[in-house]
Amino acid sequence: MGNKPMRVLLAKTGLDSHDRGIRLVARGLRDECGMEVIFTGLYRSLEEIVEAALQEDVDIVGLGVHTGREMELFPRLRELLDARDAQDIILIGGGVMPQMHRTSLKESGLVMEIFGPGSSVRTIAEVLRQVITAKQTGIDAL
Amino acid sequence: MEELGKRAMAGDVRAASRLIRNMEDNMPGTEAAIKHIFPFTGKAHVIGITGSPGAGKSTLTDEMIASYRNKDKTVGVMAVDPTSPFTGGALLGDRIRMQRHAEDTGVFVRSMATRGAMGGLSKAVGDGIHVLDVMGKDVIIVETVGVGQQEVEIINHAHTIIVVLVPGMGDEVQALKAGLMEIADIFVINKADREGAARLHKETLSMLQMGKFENGWIPPIVSVESVSEPISFAQSVGVLTDKIDEHYQYLIKSNILATRSHRKATAEIYESLRAAILAPILDDLAANGELELMVQKIMKRELDPYSLAELVAEKYLISHDCLKV
Repeated sequence: MGNKPMRVLLAKTGLDSHDRGIRLVARGLRDECGMEVIFTGLYRSLEEIVEAALQEDVDIVGLGVHTGREMELFPRLRELLDARDAQDIILIGGGVMPQMHRTSLKESGLVMEIFGPGSSVRTIAEVLRQVITAKQTGIDAL
Repeated sequence: MEELGKRAMAGDVRAASRLIRNMEDNMPGTEAAIKHIFPFTGKAHVIGITGSPGAGKSTLTDEMIASYRNKDKTVGVMAVDPTSPFTGGALLGDRIRMQRHAEDTGVFVRSMATRGAMGGLSKAVGDGIHVLDVMGKDVIIVETVGVGQQEVEIINHAHTIIVVLVPGMGDEVQALKAGLMEIADIFVINKADREGAARLHKETLSMLQMGKFENGWIPPIVSVESVSEPISFAQSVGVLTDKIDEHYQYLIKSNILATRSHRKATAEIYESLRAAILAPILDDLAANGELELMVQKIMKRELDPYSLAELVAEKYLISHDCLKV
C-alpha cells in the first residue's frame, strides 16, 4: 500500500538495432531502483512509441539513438507527445551522439538529460527521481 | 477523479490509463471514479489467458487481437507481469509482442506489475477491467503468468479461461495436477509443431477424460503451430477465437454466465472489503508502531497470533474506531 513506483518507457526507433545499452538500463532501473520499466523492443515508429507511452501512463520516455538522427527524432517525438496533450511526459535520451547535439537538445529543453556510454544506472535513476520530484505535478493533476 | 471516469467513458486514452494507474497506486479518491463508472460495466467478454513463462501467451494474444479486429470487435488487453519481490521493480515486456496494433485505436494494451500487495493485484486487475469495459472494448484479454493463488484470483474476473501449454517443458502433467484442470475452459497447445506435442495432446486428453464436467462444457484442446508460418498460425488462432465465442454463447445459453458473474461479484466484495476494512487497520497499526510491537511479542512467544487478532478485532471492529471509512 502506498507504493507508487515510477513508470518509465524505454524505446528504440527506426532501423537502429543497438539495444545492448537500453536493455542494461531497463534491467538496472528495475533491479536497482524499483521502477516499472516498459520496453518497446526494436524498430518502432515514433507514433507507436507515443501510443505506448499514453496507454501505459508513464512518467518518462527514454529514447536510445545510435543513428545520428537525434536532432530530428527528439523534436518530432516531443511534437507528437504534445499533440496528444502529453506535455507532462518527460523525455530523456541515451546513446552515442556528438557533444554539440547533446548540449543543444538539453538547452532547448526538449530533452531533460542524455546519458552516453559509461553512465551508471544509479546516476540515471537519481536524475530520473529528481526530475519527477521537481515536476511534482502529482499523478492526479491531469 | 470522477472527471477521469467520465473522460475514460468517452474513450479518452490518457484518462483511462491514468485512472488505471491511480487504482494501482491506491490514490485517494479513486473509489469515486469507480463508483461513477461501475453502473456502465459488465458489457465486455473477459478472457483470461494463463500458462508458464515462455508458453507464448503474448504472441497468442497478439494474434487474437488481430483475429477479433477482423471480426470488427474492439479489444482491451491487460498484461500482468511479476514485480521483483526484492526491489519492487518490474520489467514489463509483453507489449513488445503486440506492437503491430499500437496505432489501432480499437486496441488498448496496458501492462501491469503484480506489486505483491496482498490481494491488491486482483483488485487492480478487476478495476482495470471495468475501465476497459466502459471504454467500450468488446473483448478484454487478461494475460497472467503461472498458476499461483494470485493468478487464480485474477482468473475470477474472467468469463472464459484459456490455459496455454507447450510441449517439452516437462511440466505438462504437473501443471494439470496443480488445479489448472478445473479452471480451464479451453486448452491451447502452443508450438504444436515441436517434438512432444502429440504426447502432450494425448496426456491432456486423457486428463480431460478422467475429469467431471458437471456444467456440460468439455474444454476443447486447440493446437496452434509455429509463428514462423504466419498463415497457418493466424488460421489456428482463428479457430481458437471461434471456440472462445462458442464458449461465451454456451455460458449465456446455459445460464452459467450468471454463476461466473456471481463468482466475480463475490470476489469484488472480498476485495473492496479488504481495501476498506483490513487495509486501514494495518496502516494504522503500522503508523503508530503497534504492528512492530506485535511482531516482537509473537517472536518472543509472549502472545500467539490468534489472541492478537482477537485483540485487534476488539479494538477496531467492536469499538468502531477504524470503521469510519
